[in-house]
Amino acid sequence: MKQLIKSTLLVAASLWSVATLAAGPTVPLDKANVDLHDKASLQRGAQLFMNYCLGCHSMQYQRYNRTFRDLEIPEELGVENLQFTGEKVGDLITNAMATEDAGNWFGTAAPDLTLVARVRGADWIYTYLRSFYVDESRPFGVNNTVFPNVGMPHVLEELQGIPRKTTEQRMIDGEMQDVYVGIKTDGSGMLTEAEYDQAALDLTNFLVYTGEPMMLEQKRIGWYVFGFLLVFLIFAVLLKREFFKDVK
Amino acid sequence: MNKLIAWFDERIPMTKTWNIHLAQYPAPKNFNFWYIFGVLATLVLVNQILTGVWLTMNYVPSAEGAFASVEFIMRDIEYGWLLRYMHSTGASAFFVVVYLHMFRGMMYGSYQKPRELLWVFGMLIFLVLMAEAFMGYLLPWGQMSYWGAQVIISLFGAIPIIGDDLTLWIRGDYVISGATLNRFFALHVIALPLVLVILVFLHIIALHEVGSNNPEGVSIKKPKGSVPDSEKPKFTFHERFTKKYDIVDAFPFFPYYIVKDLVGVAIFLFFFCYVIFFAPAMGGLFLEPPNFEAANPLKTPEHIAPVWYFTPFYAILRAVPDKLLGVILMFGAIVALFVLPWLDRGKVRSVRYRSTFHKVNLTVFAISFIALGYLGLKPATEVYTMFARIFTFLYFAFFVLLFFYSKNENTKPVPERITK
Repeated sequence: MKQLIKSTLLVAASLWSVATLAAGPTVPLDKANVDLHDKASLQRGAQLFMNYCLGCHSMQYQRYNRTFRDLEIPEELGVENLQFTGEKVGDLITNAMATEDAGNWFGTAAPDLTLVARVRGADWIYTYLRSFYVDESRPFGVNNTVFPNVGMPHVLEELQGIPRKTTEQRMIDGEMQDVYVGIKTDGSGMLTEAEYDQAALDLTNFLVYTGEPMMLEQKRIGWYVFGFLLVFLIFAVLLKREFFKDVK
Repeated sequence: MNKLIAWFDERIPMTKTWNIHLAQYPAPKNFNFWYIFGVLATLVLVNQILTGVWLTMNYVPSAEGAFASVEFIMRDIEYGWLLRYMHSTGASAFFVVVYLHMFRGMMYGSYQKPRELLWVFGMLIFLVLMAEAFMGYLLPWGQMSYWGAQVIISLFGAIPIIGDDLTLWIRGDYVISGATLNRFFALHVIALPLVLVILVFLHIIALHEVGSNNPEGVSIKKPKGSVPDSEKPKFTFHERFTKKYDIVDAFPFFPYYIVKDLVGVAIFLFFFCYVIFFAPAMGGLFLEPPNFEAANPLKTPEHIAPVWYFTPFYAILRAVPDKLLGVILMFGAIVALFVLPWLDRGKVRSVRYRSTFHKVNLTVFAISFIALGYLGLKPATEVYTMFARIFTFLYFAFFVLLFFYSKNENTKPVPERITK
């Protein structure tokens, strides 16, 4: 048996190394340190979403009042500052853009974003939001390194400024060469680079929340369940011992 | 109380059934870790049925409403997320315990005479379980639900002559559509669970007819009168078992194995609840990320992979260049398990007393199965396909080799009785 386990692990390990070799080149994603306990960050994220995203992207499985409650936003304040389309507070967060229009304007329907964090992952969203760059060949003048030829304009440009792919002259093997060093903004935005990164993180955080609004409650209950199971296990072991005295 | 029981016993075999199947059922005394999975499979089955009933109360089986209704359950129903995660985790847990249960049977020769039918019922359960899981996976109507079903159903199209008509008949439409969803829903919540429960019933009846095997593979039934009273267990077993045989080295299933299994159940629940509460998607294995996007017939996902419990068979399918041959081989992988009792011509049950060659063969089989499962999750690159071919070969080699060496296998002497 031990041998079986050992050899199984060995095969798994060798397959794993093959897997890492075979993986194709992709854009490395930056780590998004999201924190669902950080209500201030989630509130800022919600604000960004309602102001910049909701024009095109719906959040049709999530409700306003649930969002306000979970993010600790007083309902009147939420209705006043975060609801723009005259819906009731118990309504789902939909938008007014027709799918047909989206097709005409952007070439594709803007996807619903309720569950985008579960589909793409937090790191992807965080990196995506910070990876737009000027590309005159595209209809909206911008492209994205994470999502090449994306149909969407750089909505957060007024915050970030104009981002360009930047190269630097570096000495390599005795020759000066242009080296790609990432996307840099021209500084014309309302936010500094660090502030923009934080805004992107807040928005990511909010989307992680809407993907799984039950996550905090789920984990909290999970610890109680473990507590119960521990007690159950102890009694089960004692019961078994008591009964097996007959057998010995 | 006694009067009430007597009243029932005159009208229905209540106490008798309890005694035959639980309180006076002789279970070998040496059950080990591997013997918990039958009980766990029953537990998971109950979990699936109960959570399934409650999910059905709010699920909308239509192409327009299915995806949104699942999110409605997750967000707006009190503890709806718990029901859904219990059900989705239960599906994976079912396969974990069933695979381990099957491997137990293979290790200790629990399929050998006289337990062939018991094994076949088990395999039928496995087959129905796969159909049940496959149809259930379409119901959330996500991208993977849709495209996974598309790929699997199209496999039937590889069958010559009737293939195309058959796929049309299964789908009820030219593509996967609301019609497919509705029929899968009907089969998933009524037809297949019924069949499953009946098969489980037959599985247990067959088990209790022939009696449980054990890690030694030695029978606990000895010829009547051959065992002195001093060596008989001090327990009462039902006369159905003692009429023809003397029972040795056993104790009643209830209460002894019930209380022992409770410990196993508690440990299992730690793992089960960890997934439910802390990792319900299990890193994309139990709930695949693309499935959180509603089904879109116009957009094919980059990489379509079935859920992990189908991937060993999916890897075999992809390993073969010809589609029809691949389908045949994939089903052959399951058929081979079905006929295992007749492929193994050995007389010794437990791996403990079988040849080193058999031990190696069985180990290689287990490794191949796990490796195929891993490869089935990955895109079919050249390297992976090569590995998949090697492991497919080894998977089938197990059965072929077993057939030949088992007849004249160099086995160790088997003890008369279960040793301490």
